[in-house]
Amino acid sequence: MAVIFDLGVQGAQMLLVLLLAPLLTGFTRKVKARLLLRRGPPLVQPYRDLVRLMRKEVVLADNASWLFRVNPYLIFAATWVAASLVPTFRTGLLFSWSADLIAIVALLGSARFFLALAGLDVGTSFGGIGSSREVMIASLAEPAMIMIIFTLALIAGSTQLSTMAGFLVSSAVGLRVSLGLALLALIMVAIAENARIPVDNPATHLELTMVHEAMVLEYSGRHLALIELSASLKLLLYISLIACLFAPWGLVPSGGGLGLLAIGFVAYIAKLTVAGALLALFETSIAKMRVFRVPEFLGAALMLGLLATLLLFVSRSL
Amino acid sequence: MVLLALACAAVLISTAALAVVVSDEARAGLIVYGVCLIASLALFSIALLALLGISDRPSAATLPLGIPWLGAHFRLDALSAFFLAVVNLGAAAASLFALGYGRHEDAPRRVLPFYPAFLAGMSIVVLADDAFTFLVSWEFMSLSSWALVMAHHRVGDNVRAGYVYLIMASFGTLALLLTFGLLAGADGGYAFADIRGAHPSTAVAASILILALIGAGSKAGLVPLHVWLPLAHPAAPSHVSALMSGVMTKVAVYGFVRIAFDLIGTPAWWWSMVVLALGGITAVMGVLYALMQHDLKRLLAYHTVENIGIIFIGLGLALAFKAHGMAWAAALALTAGLLHVFNHSIFKSLLFFGAGAVLTSTGERDMEHLGGLIHRMPQTAFVFLVGCAAISALPPLNGFVSEWLTFQAILLSPQLPSWGLKFLVPAVGALLALSAALAAACFVKAFGVTFLGRARTPAAERARETDRFSLAAMFFFAALCLVAGILPGFFIDALAPVTEGLVGDRMPVQGSVDWLSIVPIAEGRSSYNGLLVFAFMVLSGALAAWAIHRLASDKLRRAPPWDCGYPDANPATQYTASSFAQPIRRVFGSVVFHAREHVEIPPPGDGRPARLTVELRDPVWDALYAPIAGGIAFAADRLNHLQFLTIRQFLSLVFAALVLLLLVLAIWP
Repeated sequence: MAVIFDLGVQGAQMLLVLLLAPLLTGFTRKVKARLLLRRGPPLVQPYRDLVRLMRKEVVLADNASWLFRVNPYLIFAATWVAASLVPTFRTGLLFSWSADLIAIVALLGSARFFLALAGLDVGTSFGGIGSSREVMIASLAEPAMIMIIFTLALIAGSTQLSTMAGFLVSSAVGLRVSLGLALLALIMVAIAENARIPVDNPATHLELTMVHEAMVLEYSGRHLALIELSASLKLLLYISLIACLFAPWGLVPSGGGLGLLAIGFVAYIAKLTVAGALLALFETSIAKMRVFRVPEFLGAALMLGLLATLLLFVSRSL
Repeated sequence: MVLLALACAAVLISTAALAVVVSDEARAGLIVYGVCLIASLALFSIALLALLGISDRPSAATLPLGIPWLGAHFRLDALSAFFLAVVNLGAAAASLFALGYGRHEDAPRRVLPFYPAFLAGMSIVVLADDAFTFLVSWEFMSLSSWALVMAHHRVGDNVRAGYVYLIMASFGTLALLLTFGLLAGADGGYAFADIRGAHPSTAVAASILILALIGAGSKAGLVPLHVWLPLAHPAAPSHVSALMSGVMTKVAVYGFVRIAFDLIGTPAWWWSMVVLALGGITAVMGVLYALMQHDLKRLLAYHTVENIGIIFIGLGLALAFKAHGMAWAAALALTAGLLHVFNHSIFKSLLFFGAGAVLTSTGERDMEHLGGLIHRMPQTAFVFLVGCAAISALPPLNGFVSEWLTFQAILLSPQLPSWGLKFLVPAVGALLALSAALAAACFVKAFGVTFLGRARTPAAERARETDRFSLAAMFFFAALCLVAGILPGFFIDALAPVTEGLVGDRMPVQGSVDWLSIVPIAEGRSSYNGLLVFAFMVLSGALAAWAIHRLASDKLRRAPPWDCGYPDANPATQYTASSFAQPIRRVFGSVVFHAREHVEIPPPGDGRPARLTVELRDPVWDALYAPIAGGIAFAADRLNHLQFLTIRQFLSLVFAALVLLLLVLAIWP
């Protein structure tokens, strides 16, 4: 019985992230528009876009290979699996032990690997520019993320996300310098990974500033829909990750009843709302930086992560 | 058991002799590679039986070979069995690949005799149980591989590659000779059993470790001793490149593990710092070098350097834990290193096979002249992609498992009491993470530029799919990448006897964990289940495909590429390997390689094209080898005068030398 319940929760989580992801994207767009004193598109616009893209035919470049057609499914699968393993409203998900935080980050790495290949497949210069910049950004963002994981794992004594969240919500942690550094680094990495301002601009179609958009330039129809959905999922994943590690209040431990689950769900929605609004506020208040400033930005994140890890190696209580 | 293994090696050596006679026959390749395939498979099964404990005790034998009153000792224990299995799995696949690939060989007489000898040499090294046999077979392995490197000696830079390789190999063997000299001590017991019994003093043990690092490290490709590797590995025929990169470097790792964990006794804690620092630097430098290359085989060779670094990080951590008496953690770190040995031997061989297939079908190694091969070589492209994903440590393939285990070992290291390690280990962890991320970038480039996009030359446009033997070898290794990635528990369990023998503990039994997860330390601390991750990915991908098939439009129209409205039909407008690496070259290369870009734009009205030249300097070559070569040239110049002395001066020189030597003898304690 308990297993069936757990299975149900895990299934609900998979469905929840899939359904909420476009809404989060729509919400940030809306808040951003309101901050710029525009009315902005309605909240459900991303869903409408997805449906419209799904209905349209795919226009495929003449020399696109089988890899180009398979890639959207691979990218979507890797991102969706990763997103379903991050606790949203309940820890101790049924399958959370099948991949720890390192594996989740590596799954996102797989998605990026195939996305970068997709950018090179048609053999256009814009695809190439996007891919080469994306791997440059990833080459610094990934080690920074690993350093953040080291910090958290050393504090919690585990690389399992559920265990980490459970430990961080307990009062045993307290305020720590290393946690502060890790949070700052994680936010910087999340901004870079999700192609947000100031690293990349999700709304741009100015050729020379594109990174993510340049890689997916040749995609259309259902392929593009899957890629867009994956991008939304990734944003949701990172916000859930930050929320479950640094604001784990309201997370329901495994075995919690339906009432607790309801509270946890409401808390999760509240966290997403706050995070989405903060992201929009941050993006409207800052300008995009030049591509070759990005390594400095991410290098700082890497150094913060390394410093936090070093502090913990020196003393367990810092 | 060990006698059986030696018999197989003897078969290989006699095949080499046979090949000298028959190599001009039309079917010589078929015979030689066929026999090599069978012998390697036999050796692999022997090693597997020994490793899995089906034949229990380590089996030893002494043959009346070599020095008359000493004999040649051989022994097959768990460590030898593991490396024998790695060597011969690679050898079997390379022989299978060569059954097809070898038919394109222009000068089979330069390859066929040396190939079985090379295989035999590598197998005997891991079986040797005394210093003499070890060194002789080590040299045998080096020289036969040198002959293979020189197989195409009229092509390009291959003569230089062979020259550098010969010098570095001799230098490495010299270091190993001194290592064994110190290990045997004054009484000179050269059998490994005697060496284990002798306990060298701290200072002697430290010099042994440094010498072993130089000797084995130069063969494995540790920075800064790697310079020969990216020259020599690509110069050989591709199946030999696969063996040299995938397997021979592992024999070198075996040499280091045998000396540092087995023969030398208890390690001092600071040894691990040397190994860890070298491993970390090697990992990052190797991948950065690889990113700057546009020769496919050279890129792969440089990437071997990176993976050797990762392996040495694992070994260094194991040494640190062993020195501090944390046997269970040492077992984890050593398992991570050895598992990476196995994994790397598989995907690196696979990638070299792929590069060989590309080379035979296009005649090109330079990625700037390739492109679009996925359309003309779809099967090769698929297996090459699997290899690229595996080496980039992407789940659910095998490269990720060993890197994950290394990360888990790093996370145990705050418990180490020494302060030096407390500062070094996090830095090495950052270097490891950096090299993993850069590796992914490197293989996006390698696959993307070679196989994707549009053909850049007519040669790439005319490419044809490779033969069935080559494809069989590649598909076999690609499947193994997946199997070792989703069922890592069985591979970890197979390593348990090795770690028990070397550090006195083993990782917890993985084969019986629920759902075939791997749990290196304890449940709740960390676990990974490649099988489930793979199943989830297949399921969700299939679910998405099904939903889209049912609900969405499945219409598809082919059209010219969009490219923001300005598609250019000229394939030269694509991104190339150099332009792909440009952002990374600018971020990392300007510091490490002093990368400079010069843009030359002709004045307005001048019709010449603008030119961009990139200048890279090799820091290791500049800082280490150039001064040494300069010093030798300088000394040779000065000493040249000695040729033109009169007879009186010669005689007085001889006299002075004699007096000097007698003085030394008199003063020597």
